[in-house]
Amino acid sequence: MTPEMEKPILPILKELQGQHRCITPDMIVEVAEASGATVGDVYGVATFYSFLSVKLLGEHVIMVCKSIPCWMKNSDLVVKTIEQELHCRVGETSEDGKFSLLAVNCIGACDQAPAMMVDGQVYGDLTPEKVLEILSQLGR
Amino acid sequence: MPQKRVVLKNCEIIDPRDIDSFVQRDGFQALRKVVEEMSPEEVIDEIKSSGLRGRGGAGFPAGLKLDLTRRSPAEEKFIICNADEGEVGTFKDRYILEHDPFSLIEGIAIAGHAMGARKGYVYLRQEYSWLLLDGLQNAIDQAKGLVNIEIEIQVGAGAYVCGEETALLESIEGKRGDVRYRPPFPPSEGLWRKPSAVHNVETLMNLPRIILRGADWFSAMGTERSKGTKVFSVCGDVANPGVYELEMGSPLRELVEELAQAQDIKMVQVGGASGRVVPYEMIDTPLSYETVLGAGGVLVFNRSRDVVELARRTIEFFEEESCGKCTPCREGTKRMVEILERLEHHRGRAKDIKLMGDLSETMMLTSLCGLGQAAPNFVVDTLEYYRADYESRIQPV
Repeated sequence: MTPEMEKPILPILKELQGQHRCITPDMIVEVAEASGATVGDVYGVATFYSFLSVKLLGEHVIMVCKSIPCWMKNSDLVVKTIEQELHCRVGETSEDGKFSLLAVNCIGACDQAPAMMVDGQVYGDLTPEKVLEILSQLGR
Repeated sequence: MPQKRVVLKNCEIIDPRDIDSFVQRDGFQALRKVVEEMSPEEVIDEIKSSGLRGRGGAGFPAGLKLDLTRRSPAEEKFIICNADEGEVGTFKDRYILEHDPFSLIEGIAIAGHAMGARKGYVYLRQEYSWLLLDGLQNAIDQAKGLVNIEIEIQVGAGAYVCGEETALLESIEGKRGDVRYRPPFPPSEGLWRKPSAVHNVETLMNLPRIILRGADWFSAMGTERSKGTKVFSVCGDVANPGVYELEMGSPLRELVEELAQAQDIKMVQVGGASGRVVPYEMIDTPLSYETVLGAGGVLVFNRSRDVVELARRTIEFFEEESCGKCTPCREGTKRMVEILERLEHHRGRAKDIKLMGDLSETMMLTSLCGLGQAAPNFVVDTLEYYRADYESRIQPV
């Protein structure tokens, strides 16, 4: 049995994610030692939540909602527009390391479908033109 | 029946960044009444006799939950607000948090007083963290000194299952959001193993209304087993997606046709991805715990939509969001996606429909939490109402 954890792991990992844009194996070992948890426990947390990543993410993380209400309003076109503009596919990071493109489950903006989140901010009622404008504002 | 704004009475009227605009509309009057004039038992009795039930979907009596937590012997107890609104198509709590964070704070303070908690948590989904700075945290800061409870916001990190109350507790404790075995239930052993009452945002919003206007006023609204109003979010094939509040028992037709302006409806799913499906032929179904309700997310599908594709996308969602702890949910969703993919591409096998029925039954009966138990709802309901849509995808031998 895992001994009772002394320190909550999630807030530490969230901070690391924010600072380094990913959680590396070294960080996992460090957090495990500092918190009294096993490496497995920490890895378990790091891979459980969609806002944590063990892969290095880009400077800007684009999360396009793929759930049914957004899909019904053509979120596929939003994804395709971004893929073409950034030359990377869903789950990948652009070559310059600036953008990661993810397709995520419902972000609760179904009244503005199709919607996406970029760096924590919500953009709704998306059209290809609007998407390109947002990308260019982000330094594309 | 037109809209009845009870929970939403302040929304788009007050300034959510200015506590004075809230106080001018009877803000904190209910809390004052509770602290100055009522014993905790009287508060609980009032909530019990109002008939208020949980608005997150499960419908557990709210007063009873507070009472159970109150009766659990412990020095430290917690009141926890579940703002992890992850159900597909649901954004009513987001609307509430955006427009009236103060009523929520008042509701938390009332619940805390009734059950004997000095500390409250709001578990907010990461996807709503943009609501924090200007909104909820600012409101909590402004309310300091006016409420007798410390409220801390815990932001999640993206996981649908954390809306399940025991997974939510694990996540506040900083762990994976794995569902706990029950019993013990949170009112006896919750956060950090201390007695805890976990309530949905909308449930807590109702408390100040009930205290101020009385249980009799509240229970006069609704049906026999569904009292008060319900806040719905409507989206999909509608002209006016948005948030609407109706008296319990109002017909589904009113919500989707009159308010949200849907046309050419094929079916409506009430309660988000885990909700029940109502075919257009039954559009006059009343919205209540006795019939269909869930957390209030309403998805409208018009006649151009393919049932099998929607089913595959729905189950795919649950497959991704399953925490993986129990086998029926983890494996059941995976197998069901395989079957639905076959059917979608017209490569269904003769036994696929029977197999999906068996899988659904096993998942509903044996999954550890509501996620796995409710995941097959869309498939089960559409197999009942639109069976031919599935059968036509079976490849002849």
